Amino acid sequence: MKILIQNGRILDPSSKTDGIKDILVENGIIAAVEENISASADQIIDAKGYWVAPGLIDVHVHLREPGYEYKETIKTGSRAAAKGGFTTICCMPNTNPVVDNEILVEYIKMKAEREAIVNVLPIGSITKGQKGEELANIGKMAEAGICAISEDGKTVMNAGLLKKAMKYASMFNLPVLSHCEDITLVGGGVMNAGEMSERLGMKGIGADAEEVIVARDIILARNTGVKLHICHISTAGSVQLVREAKLRGEYVSAEVCPHHFSLTDEAVEGYDANTKMNPPLRSAKDVKSLKEGLKDHTIDIIATDHAPHHIDEKNCEYDRAAFGIVGLETALPLSITHLVEENILTPLELIEKMSTNPAKLLGIDKGSLQVGKTADITIIDPDETYEIDVNSFASKSKNSPFHGYRVKGKVKYTIVGGKMVFNNGELI
Amino acid sequence: MLKRKDILGIRDLTAEEILGILETAREMKEKIENKKAREKSLKNFSIVTLFYENSTRTKMSFALAGEYLGADVSDLGVATSSVNKGESLVDTGITLDQMGIDIMVIRHSMSGAANVLARNVKASVINAGDGVNEHPTQALLDLYTIYEKKKSFKDLKVAIIGDIIHSRVARSNVFGLTKLGANVVVGGPSTLISKNMEYLGAKVTMDIKEALKDADIVMGLRIQMERQKGGLFPDLREYRDLFGINEEMMKYAKLDALLMHPGPVNRGIELSTEIIDGSQSVINEQVKNGVAVRMALLHLLAEGRKNNEDIDSKWTHTRSFIQNRWDQRYIG
Repeated sequence: MKILIQNGRILDPSSKTDGIKDILVENGIIAAVEENISASADQIIDAKGYWVAPGLIDVHVHLREPGYEYKETIKTGSRAAAKGGFTTICCMPNTNPVVDNEILVEYIKMKAEREAIVNVLPIGSITKGQKGEELANIGKMAEAGICAISEDGKTVMNAGLLKKAMKYASMFNLPVLSHCEDITLVGGGVMNAGEMSERLGMKGIGADAEEVIVARDIILARNTGVKLHICHISTAGSVQLVREAKLRGEYVSAEVCPHHFSLTDEAVEGYDANTKMNPPLRSAKDVKSLKEGLKDHTIDIIATDHAPHHIDEKNCEYDRAAFGIVGLETALPLSITHLVEENILTPLELIEKMSTNPAKLLGIDKGSLQVGKTADITIIDPDETYEIDVNSFASKSKNSPFHGYRVKGKVKYTIVGGKMVFNNGELI
Repeated sequence: MLKRKDILGIRDLTAEEILGILETAREMKEKIENKKAREKSLKNFSIVTLFYENSTRTKMSFALAGEYLGADVSDLGVATSSVNKGESLVDTGITLDQMGIDIMVIRHSMSGAANVLARNVKASVINAGDGVNEHPTQALLDLYTIYEKKKSFKDLKVAIIGDIIHSRVARSNVFGLTKLGANVVVGGPSTLISKNMEYLGAKVTMDIKEALKDADIVMGLRIQMERQKGGLFPDLREYRDLFGINEEMMKYAKLDALLMHPGPVNRGIELSTEIIDGSQSVINEQVKNGVAVRMALLHLLAEGRKNNEDIDSKWTHTRSFIQNRWDQRYIG
């Protein structure tokens, strides 16, 4: 199978390339990146006006399988990923049962092999059953192929245990993806604490609930040799803590989710639980800080925290509703609309944060369009403007606050290992 | 007539709408004691009360308000209904909708619950208290009581004292009073009050004397024992001594200040018995006015439904959402 992509704007952060070229894909590998390649091919794509980027990598996805297949499965989640331009997704372990041993890692890999149309990399939990009491089988899971460990959805509140996990994980070069939320400070809050929660009469979650744990984890990660990654950073204070840690030369990376830089807590007006997420939508001041953090590279990665939920878990009382929104199919357009169009990031920097940097964090040989690399490629029309329609999502769940939201930028083609999985708007 | 489907909070109402409701309440008040004056303007209207939280006066007040206007009022005994079997709020609402209910009155422990119900049903929804969000009918009866006694809201100083952070009554009153031109000061211990109240237009103080000084209205709030699990103050004795209002404290307010309380009162804690039963107290009057205000709301919403005019719903997707949900459920 040969695919020739012609006249696209090649955005390859790994070689700092930003220019018009052709790409030839042969047998799953990038065979050539040059101007005017003349070769016969099974499929020729006219990419004039399009961006051609290394396949997007999402380090933070919930696929819900096993246990919650009514929300999402590995199959449907991977199709949503392909539609969103992602060629590799990492799935969090808060399934039922929790992914805390190698058997479940093998199960996910087997299901992914059979049913997924993009690469699926499992993440193992930090503690058994995510109970925060004893270490999960991190070493056995590493052998079975996890890409990281995380207690996402929960924080390991026992600092001593987390420090042990960091030391242990560093033996296997596994990053620790940290969900930062001090549960004693959350106190039953459901949205950002501030002016809006006061107006709406809702219990707020203060910035301190996140920042206390960001600070703690940065301190704990010192001298353990671990790669600490702060998940879904949402407050100005957290951005500053990461910035200061980086200035001190400590190894820490951070991700932001598109909803956190696209919306403020004002979206909660109306009590639509599709605006309920964890961490919550924050204030305009926080959004500004997140954008500054992206611009000065304090924030390295854009991840979705794709969190599918059934309509009945969202069309209910706000307090009772589940936290989280789907994100795989809206991440790229929201990023283009709010970051590239607002001159926060150049297109090359955006791709770096959505592909090259995630690959570096995970230590995988992806996120590059150089010759000889696996042909994971995403082709994007940066100019197409449209309204997001949740009914068109490939994800099993439709819980998004962005229904009817006007955006710019659309994925046209997704190629995984040289195989076309999303072809000019059609899933294959 | 109100050009809206639901009454979910004071926050959404304009000053004109509030004054319109108060004027209607004045007409309705006469009907409470004068049976001959009761016209059956709500004949053939069906009202249901859904109280997911305990209440005596609010539920009774709504039931009587409906009956005085000739409506059929029923109560969904939440404790003995399908809710007890785990039925969701939305499903309960849709089921009642199918039975032809015109107005649903809901009280719920979660903020925004009335909004969720309103978004999912064709009936009009009245919020009878949701979480720590709003209690619009209590605020309207408070406003009516003030209006009746003071004739105007302009430049009145209203001091609301006590457990502000858990009080939907305080919040609704702040929204209403500030819209009508009054100055509101909220006071209480720092753990029971949020500085964020200033965003709503109220002055915040921990000094009760400062709050009461020259006040035209003193409103006490109930210490909500059921919400004090977190240990927000040491004990009731300390609370009474430092933050309770008694005759001595009332001297800081104006001589003709009114003493109000949404009830039920913890006698001897937030208010002393002497002032509860004293000459400045209008606490019992508030209860009567509550029926009048609720009659006014039921009447105004029913008029809107009768005229079938384009009733405004704040969330424009409401209609299509309800239709889709119904189609999915009943058409397939």
